[in-house]
Amino acid sequence: MDLVKLYFRSPPAVIGLVLLILVLAMAASADILYPRDPLALAGRPLIWPFSNPRFLLGTDNSGRDIAAQIFHGARISLLIGGVATVISIMIGITVGAFAGYYGSWVDTALMRVTEAFQTLPNFLLLLVLVAVFGSTITTVTVAIGIVSWPASARLTRAEFLSLRNREFVQAGRTLGLKDIRLIFGEILPNALPPVIVYASVVMAIAILLESALAFLKLSDPNVASWGNLIGAGRDVLRVQWYVSAIPGIAILVTVLAVSLVGQGLNDALNPRLKSR
Amino acid sequence: MRVLTLAGRRLAASIPTLILILIGVFLLLQLAPGDTVDAMMAQMGGGDAATAKQLREFYGLDLSVWAQLGNYLWRLVRLDLGFSAIYGKPVATVIAERLPATILLMTASLSFAFFFGLILGVVAARGVNKWPDTLISTLGLLFYAMPTFWFGLMAIVVFSIYLQWLPAGGFEDITVSYTGLRRTLDIALHLVLPTLTLGLFYMAIYLRIMRGSMLEVLNLDFVRTARSKGMDETRVVVRHVLRNALLPMVTLIGLQAGTMLGGSVVVESVFSLPGLGRLAYESVIQRDLNTLLGIIFVSALLVITINFIVDLLYARLDPRITTGS
Amino acid sequence: MSPILVLDDVSVKLPAGGDRSHAMAHVSLSLAANEILCVVGESGSGKSMTANAIMRLLPGGVTIDGGRILFEGRDLCGLDEAQMRKVRGAGIAMIFQEPMTALNPLRSIGDQIGEMFELHSDLSAAEIKARTLALLEEVRIPDPALAFKAYPHELSGGQRQRAMIAMALALDPKVLIADEPTTALDVTTQAQILKLIRDLQRRKGTAVLFITHDFGVVAEIADRVAVMSKGEVVEAGETASVLGNPQHAYTRQLIAAVPPLKAPPPRALSEEPIMTIAHVSKTYRTGGFLGRGQRVTHAVKDVSLVLPRGATLGIVGESGSGKSTLARCLVRLIDPESGEIRLNGIDLASLSREEMRSATRDIQMVFQDPFASLNPRRKAGEAVAQGLIVHGMARPEALARAKELFGLVGLDPAATERYPHEFSGGQRQRIASASASALPARWRWSRRYWSPTSRSRRSTSPCRRRC
Repeated sequence: MDLVKLYFRSPPAVIGLVLLILVLAMAASADILYPRDPLALAGRPLIWPFSNPRFLLGTDNSGRDIAAQIFHGARISLLIGGVATVISIMIGITVGAFAGYYGSWVDTALMRVTEAFQTLPNFLLLLVLVAVFGSTITTVTVAIGIVSWPASARLTRAEFLSLRNREFVQAGRTLGLKDIRLIFGEILPNALPPVIVYASVVMAIAILLESALAFLKLSDPNVASWGNLIGAGRDVLRVQWYVSAIPGIAILVTVLAVSLVGQGLNDALNPRLKSR
Repeated sequence: MRVLTLAGRRLAASIPTLILILIGVFLLLQLAPGDTVDAMMAQMGGGDAATAKQLREFYGLDLSVWAQLGNYLWRLVRLDLGFSAIYGKPVATVIAERLPATILLMTASLSFAFFFGLILGVVAARGVNKWPDTLISTLGLLFYAMPTFWFGLMAIVVFSIYLQWLPAGGFEDITVSYTGLRRTLDIALHLVLPTLTLGLFYMAIYLRIMRGSMLEVLNLDFVRTARSKGMDETRVVVRHVLRNALLPMVTLIGLQAGTMLGGSVVVESVFSLPGLGRLAYESVIQRDLNTLLGIIFVSALLVITINFIVDLLYARLDPRITTGS
Repeated sequence: MSPILVLDDVSVKLPAGGDRSHAMAHVSLSLAANEILCVVGESGSGKSMTANAIMRLLPGGVTIDGGRILFEGRDLCGLDEAQMRKVRGAGIAMIFQEPMTALNPLRSIGDQIGEMFELHSDLSAAEIKARTLALLEEVRIPDPALAFKAYPHELSGGQRQRAMIAMALALDPKVLIADEPTTALDVTTQAQILKLIRDLQRRKGTAVLFITHDFGVVAEIADRVAVMSKGEVVEAGETASVLGNPQHAYTRQLIAAVPPLKAPPPRALSEEPIMTIAHVSKTYRTGGFLGRGQRVTHAVKDVSLVLPRGATLGIVGESGSGKSTLARCLVRLIDPESGEIRLNGIDLASLSREEMRSATRDIQMVFQDPFASLNPRRKAGEAVAQGLIVHGMARPEALARAKELFGLVGLDPAATERYPHEFSGGQRQRIASASASALPARWRWSRRYWSPTSRSRRSTSPCRRRC
């Protein structure tokens, strides 16, 4: 297909895809390579990386294997990022589609709510949600999804506004199609590509939000999250800075991969922008 | 003044939003396990049920949720944010003490991000697909993908621990009490790393937007008109492209004001800055719900204020806004 | 008279991967002072590229790869950027098709015209202002002082184009290149702008290179004509001889496609009306809060019409005249405020949404832009079958019927499997018409059937069939 060919023409997009596959492979192989609980005591604490072949990336201040945490952390990051993105995009599309299609008071009401979510600093709302509902992996994921939908709602709404009076929609209406059919059957498929591309931004931010939450020790402490490890490493930052540095690089690589893939998709979908 | 009327109308329109936020968060906090009195009792090292009941009555926590909400909103109208049991002071006082650090950090980071985002975006767009563009875009991507708190930690390792150029945290040096210019300098020095930490992420976003919108505008018809007048490229960019290309970026600042304030929670924690964000974090840990609600209120006000300024700026840049078309 | 601008065997190369290698191939033209040369051709013929090549403002990747462009004896291709900038605006000026987008929306008209003097002269700010006002006067803008301070969006299309002309003529250039300057305007404004260009040209002795696709414009304004097709000049000569006695087949085809203003022979119309429109009105209210400062636009005001069975009724008007609003009222895309629309005795205006949905089988609409009226993500066949499915036909049956209809409008039935972007403009119009014909509508509203860009397609469009 054209899209695939266009995608592979851009080197950054290919690099992004390779990095993403790498992270996915880490997540997939975590149980095989590190079958033990990554949060269990594994050896002497604070072994420097590359000094002991048993712990390639060293151990943290509680004597846990950093490499094992990195591999298992890939799972957590991708899982939280992915699920939160799906939640956020679904809410965003629904709100945006109805607001954009119906306009008038429906639009006003829905946009007020969207505005409220946007006026409230999202990380603050995340703190409140976690404070109220606790910090299990499920609540954290849902909470991240809930705080990050407004932008995709606005995007969907804007697409709908420009599409709803287009002639093919009017043509559909003169043929007698029902509103729901027009919204989800006719307009949404046309409005979707930019929203899908935007999903990569949401996912990148979701991963960053989770790591920030974990760093503040407000995420689920019972899973091997990269943010948790950075938070733990903070106590020994002065000398054993590697404990914080290594998981940070993992986050950087993952977010970079997601963003590059998203940008590559965007460029492939809008070749016009790329060619100039 | 039409501009002011317009921005004023937007400001008035944000009042329902503000009320919506307050009601929403207030109700949300009712679901929290334990209330302020529980937190107080825990801090006092426990107490009997009778004391707890007395305290609840004192703070009006024995009323129904709706009555409490009504009380709260009515107090807000009189600008009373309530009392923080944890800090033993009115919430307004607690927040007022913490606000300057956050505002300073926000202003510094926003200016930094805006200024460098603008310049780098223009440079990248001018040499699109050449090495400066590649370099700037790559750096932008890296800063975007970096968790801010991690960048902060690494900056502490490099600049504070190894090079010892800059302080690792705090708002000012509390071991010596400076005054006047010396104090300003000291605070500025303390804010360099936090500003970079918070600002670089937004700079990365702004430069990407600026680059994209520059490229978009450079392709518009009126740029061709300008060139057909015999104008040189630098003039074309400065006089015709820049202002048009700025519009999306200015919009974005308004949209992201909230996100940036959220980001300051993490940055203030990394650098132990006595700001609003850190206060929010502490209130969550200590279950000081009154303070938390107060912070939400003040943050929302802050975001609305920033948006008001952004509206004024936008109207100043774009004549189509004020004449209405 | 010696020519002031000469294109000598000019070729312009397109970037690799396009549908052809050259936008212009061996084009030779000459333009003398005080003459108007029209370059005519359909979209994609390379006529606009000619303008860009002369100004050396070609899009990225497009280069001049042969020939000379002589302006006052100097080869423009050999000039460096700084020298070229002195020619642009002062020596050769240009006006564009769409004055709205050709003017910077964020800067005032006076500012943008004054920039010409700033760039090419040492006049003081006060002198520049005086000269600019004089220019605005010269192009007969109603209130020059007001227009000076206005922003582009505050002026009408015609006024904007006048401002563009004022800007282009600020420095009395030797050559004015006009790239379809009247295409985006209404017919009456178009005539005024043409007259203005001709008057100013006569008075100042400017040489004008006028690019257009419209032979009506050619007849009105041109001294000489050059016809372009696929990047080549196929025919050139005096206007009268080219229009009266075209030599090249392509020219003949273009001229033949201009519809004559002659009524078709009268035919007996049915006595019985299929549709009666009585006192239909639609007003738009914009802005304002609780009735204050509201602007009221009467889009359609008390319109009454009768359409006999089997007849065609043409409704003509400029943009903003309300004809589209009326059409949309008839199919209830817009709800009229008052009046009745009787189709077979049923008042469509009073039907509920649900009732209207089933009434759509009796009234269908064909839209202006065939591409916009087809969902880009739906196969062409599905688009045609959709109406049938909505009105109760089974899917396979509807798809089969769609294939049949494709054949009827002169398309390959296998093309039902393709997406709209894979068709040409004319083919899309056929699909749109197949889609509207799918339902056994007794009345069909066809709105501006043909696209404005290509004339030769009009006569072959299947619209007369069944409508």
